[in-house]
Amino acid sequence: MSHTLDVAYVAELARLELSPDEKRTFQLQLETIVNYVEKIGELDLAGIEPTLHGQALVNVFREDVVVPSLDRECVLANAPERNGFEFKLPKIVEDA
Amino acid sequence: MDISTLTICDAAAELRKKTFSSVELTQAVLDAINKKDADLNAYLSVDAEGALLQAEAADAARSAGRDGDLLGIPVAVKDLINVAGQPCTCASKQLVGYVSPYDATVSAKLRQAGVVFAGRTNMDEFAMGSSTENSAFKVTRNPHDLTRVPGGSSGGSAAAVAGGEAIAALGTDTGGSIRQPASFCGCVGLKPSYGRVSRYGVTAFASSLDQVGPMTKTVEDAAVLLQALAGRDAHDGTTPDVPVPDYRAALRGGLKGMKIGLPKEYYIGGADHEVMACVRKAVDACAAAGAEIVEVSLPHTEYAIAVYYIVATAEASANLARFDGVRYGHRTANPGSVFDLYAKSRAEGLGTEVKRRIILGTYVLSSGYYDAYYGRAQKVRTLIRKDFAEAFKTCDALLTPVAPTAAYRIGEACDDPLKMYLGDIFTVPANLAGLCGISVPCGQTAAGLPVGMQLLGPAFGEGSILRAAYAYEQGVRA
Amino acid sequence: MSKYLITIGLETHVQLKTNTKMFCGCSLKFGEEPNTNVCPVCLGYPGALPVMNREAVKLTVMSGLMLGCEISRLSTFDRKNYFYPDMSKDYQISQQARPLCLGGGVTIQTPAGPKRVRINHIHLEEDAAKINHYARFSGVDFNRCGTPLMEIVSEPDLSSPDEALAYVQALKQILVYAGVSDCNLEEGNLRCDVNISVRPEGQEQLGTRAEIKNMNTFKGIYAALEYEIARQLATVARGGVIVQETRRWEPDLGETQSMRSKENAHDYRYFPEPDLVPVALASEQIAAWKALLPELPSARRERMVAEYGIPEYDAGVLADAKENADFFEAAVRLCSPGLGKTVSNWFMTEVMRQLSVTGKTISECPLTPAALAELVELVDKRVINGPTAKELSAELFENGGMPGVLVAKRGLGQVSDSGALEGFVEQAIAANAKSVEDYRAGKKAAAGFLVGQVMKLSKGKADPQRVGILVAEKLARLA
Repeated sequence: MSHTLDVAYVAELARLELSPDEKRTFQLQLETIVNYVEKIGELDLAGIEPTLHGQALVNVFREDVVVPSLDRECVLANAPERNGFEFKLPKIVEDA
Repeated sequence: MDISTLTICDAAAELRKKTFSSVELTQAVLDAINKKDADLNAYLSVDAEGALLQAEAADAARSAGRDGDLLGIPVAVKDLINVAGQPCTCASKQLVGYVSPYDATVSAKLRQAGVVFAGRTNMDEFAMGSSTENSAFKVTRNPHDLTRVPGGSSGGSAAAVAGGEAIAALGTDTGGSIRQPASFCGCVGLKPSYGRVSRYGVTAFASSLDQVGPMTKTVEDAAVLLQALAGRDAHDGTTPDVPVPDYRAALRGGLKGMKIGLPKEYYIGGADHEVMACVRKAVDACAAAGAEIVEVSLPHTEYAIAVYYIVATAEASANLARFDGVRYGHRTANPGSVFDLYAKSRAEGLGTEVKRRIILGTYVLSSGYYDAYYGRAQKVRTLIRKDFAEAFKTCDALLTPVAPTAAYRIGEACDDPLKMYLGDIFTVPANLAGLCGISVPCGQTAAGLPVGMQLLGPAFGEGSILRAAYAYEQGVRA
Repeated sequence: MSKYLITIGLETHVQLKTNTKMFCGCSLKFGEEPNTNVCPVCLGYPGALPVMNREAVKLTVMSGLMLGCEISRLSTFDRKNYFYPDMSKDYQISQQARPLCLGGGVTIQTPAGPKRVRINHIHLEEDAAKINHYARFSGVDFNRCGTPLMEIVSEPDLSSPDEALAYVQALKQILVYAGVSDCNLEEGNLRCDVNISVRPEGQEQLGTRAEIKNMNTFKGIYAALEYEIARQLATVARGGVIVQETRRWEPDLGETQSMRSKENAHDYRYFPEPDLVPVALASEQIAAWKALLPELPSARRERMVAEYGIPEYDAGVLADAKENADFFEAAVRLCSPGLGKTVSNWFMTEVMRQLSVTGKTISECPLTPAALAELVELVDKRVINGPTAKELSAELFENGGMPGVLVAKRGLGQVSDSGALEGFVEQAIAANAKSVEDYRAGKKAAAGFLVGQVMKLSKGKADPQRVGILVAEKLARLA
């Protein structure tokens, strides 16, 4: 397996602003870790199904019945900033 | 007698006899916290007023004729489980000021059982770590040696229970976070099978691995607490409708006739010789008590850490995206844009280990890498599950070390993340395979540090490991 | 300039008609105060978990069955990761690897005849919150966050704005028919993203496509496509290159505009949602849901022609809206055989006229199928005459009730009794000697005037046909 871990790119994807120091340290540490986890590349996995859940289950549903929502003041009390009954944000310039 | 050091079962017996009230018991626990926590740093917050009110209510209910094993018992809760009206910081600056508007299912169940919520315990931030040193707020100390770590990530819960600051506690275990601190602090820690206990309201680290479980002073207490927590939950679609047996009744089988497997991969090198000596002595004790000891093999063990750190970080990278400063939690001052709001709030709010794992998890899922990392890891996970399925064909439970070492010194292992990760080798496979596991004290090192042994059982086989653990514990005591 | 081919594909997002959100029990009532229908799950609180709404799965499968899709026996959910303040968890639960429905299609009418538009797949996902933009900041309301959305992805089979519009309208008709969605565009129940490209005739490979978002009306879809086609053709004509990008329709400006997009904007890091287990559908389950499906509009049209003997045109108009067709069929079934065409006439003229005047739908009116059926019967049995029936129909439309009761109460039954009618005829002839003379002089139209006079004398209740015969007989005798 070959990899090109670019910490700066990935951190931006993850919305984490890193200091130059953090970028350097993480780059080194994560390269070591990625090298280690690439151990799984040794195995022949042909025909093996992935395990995607903690326990094999299917068809767990809820019925379409309304239950009470949270108290709005309770919810907005946790908001870092509010505008009336909305969560306030910096002005959004639409992007794709 | 210092009643704060009682077990659940002993305290419940005294409450029934009216030797003391729940208010008195709760006050004793609060006093113990006041006295000891300056040293231990086990708690992040204590709700004395609320706890005493709940204790009063429990006493009133008892006077009115109600009874229950947990009625009026104070329990400490790891600070990532939501309890309505309480903080839930996950030991992160990101969640300072957040007040939970709802009960996790486990909280609701304990509330129903009449439990007193005494306080919230320290942990590695978002449960990422094995020493509780990754808490954004304080470093919890090991009650057996204050210069040492309590283990983690449920280190606060383990230290509170072992240090006489809690009758019992809840922890969570994604890769060993209940069992390893229990081993380091000398208490009992049970990680239920995946799906046995609801995760609803428990801040997610890795959704396909996380489980809540009891951290207690005895195996019997673990059974009692698990009884209250277990079962299908309509709010958690990963809890199957498997009947919950009577765990306390399951304790009484004895080791005679049980087949205990020793996975050979867990006994070759790796672990500290003092730890291995304790574990081997425990194996002998089990054999002496009538268990049949068999050797088994789990050939894919060497891949478990790699699989774990891919799967857990990938899931975490998505689970922790919500800590974005929009609806709750920390928000950076005067963000210039929404992008800024995210990137700066998260940079300020999240700690180094959390960032490291988010970046790793984001990377293994990013465009072009899914198949090589996440896709492959989930297939290797299948092989690990099959290893265990094979092993459980020839035995009822597996007996292994919990951690390669006893508690290490604070600051000792922090520098090298990979080295830290490798310390999870004995605990991680159970999470990957959805199994249950329990850590039970099995001796001490020459320096007087506790050592735990791990019993692993098949999915929903909690009864078997409780039975073996209880028999072992009683044998040692006798 | 050489000829260019236009290729259009649509992603249609349809809000399903459930009571609650996709993963929590919050209500979906439209138009509530901001942030009132929210809970830990749809707000993305720490520890909250999604649990699948069974009804949302059922409605998606029913849609798939209506559209001729293959229903997946095992369907899974995935997390689509992206940071945006309208998605509370900062990932959207969607279906990438194994959607609920595969294949299928819709037939649309084009000037060149019927055309099959293929569907690639239908998947289920959750809707985002609503962001309101103000002068200096934005605000988020999470009421809509977590609404079940079905995304119907077409193949790029469409080649004009007219076809695209016909496709969306056909989809809407089918989905409303099936009762899976209200498809109310004003409430945002139906939203489209469009992929569009142009290529020179003879070129196999599709041109570079642009994706257009934010078209909330049929008019908007049409106008946006017209604009975008013209833009792409003009770009190509002056030797320019079409860039693959997302563009936004600005209805006020009447143009599409490029949306800035970050380099990594589309690295969604999909992975299987560990909190939701797969949906496994047994054939019995699918069959049970299939049994709940209504007839497709096209099948209904054909059946109504055959069953009731009504013209193709009438059947088409009636089948257009399910509730109209339901009303019509209920009324016909209460009438004597052979009255299909009469009922259809009444519905298409009187009832539809009143619907259009009042702007109501048939279900909002007090008129019942039984009342219409009785009215048609009363006319057919000559109990009342046409003009009386028309008056009654207006009244029934407004106030409800049964026509038979009104006729009896007000004595509106038409007078066919010869004795009484002859009296009126004689009265009319006596009073209008001039007309009689005109008739004798060969002005046959004078007879019509006399008939009118008789109707007047009977206060409109006379049977006009019978009166005609009596007047003719009388005049003949006088001659």
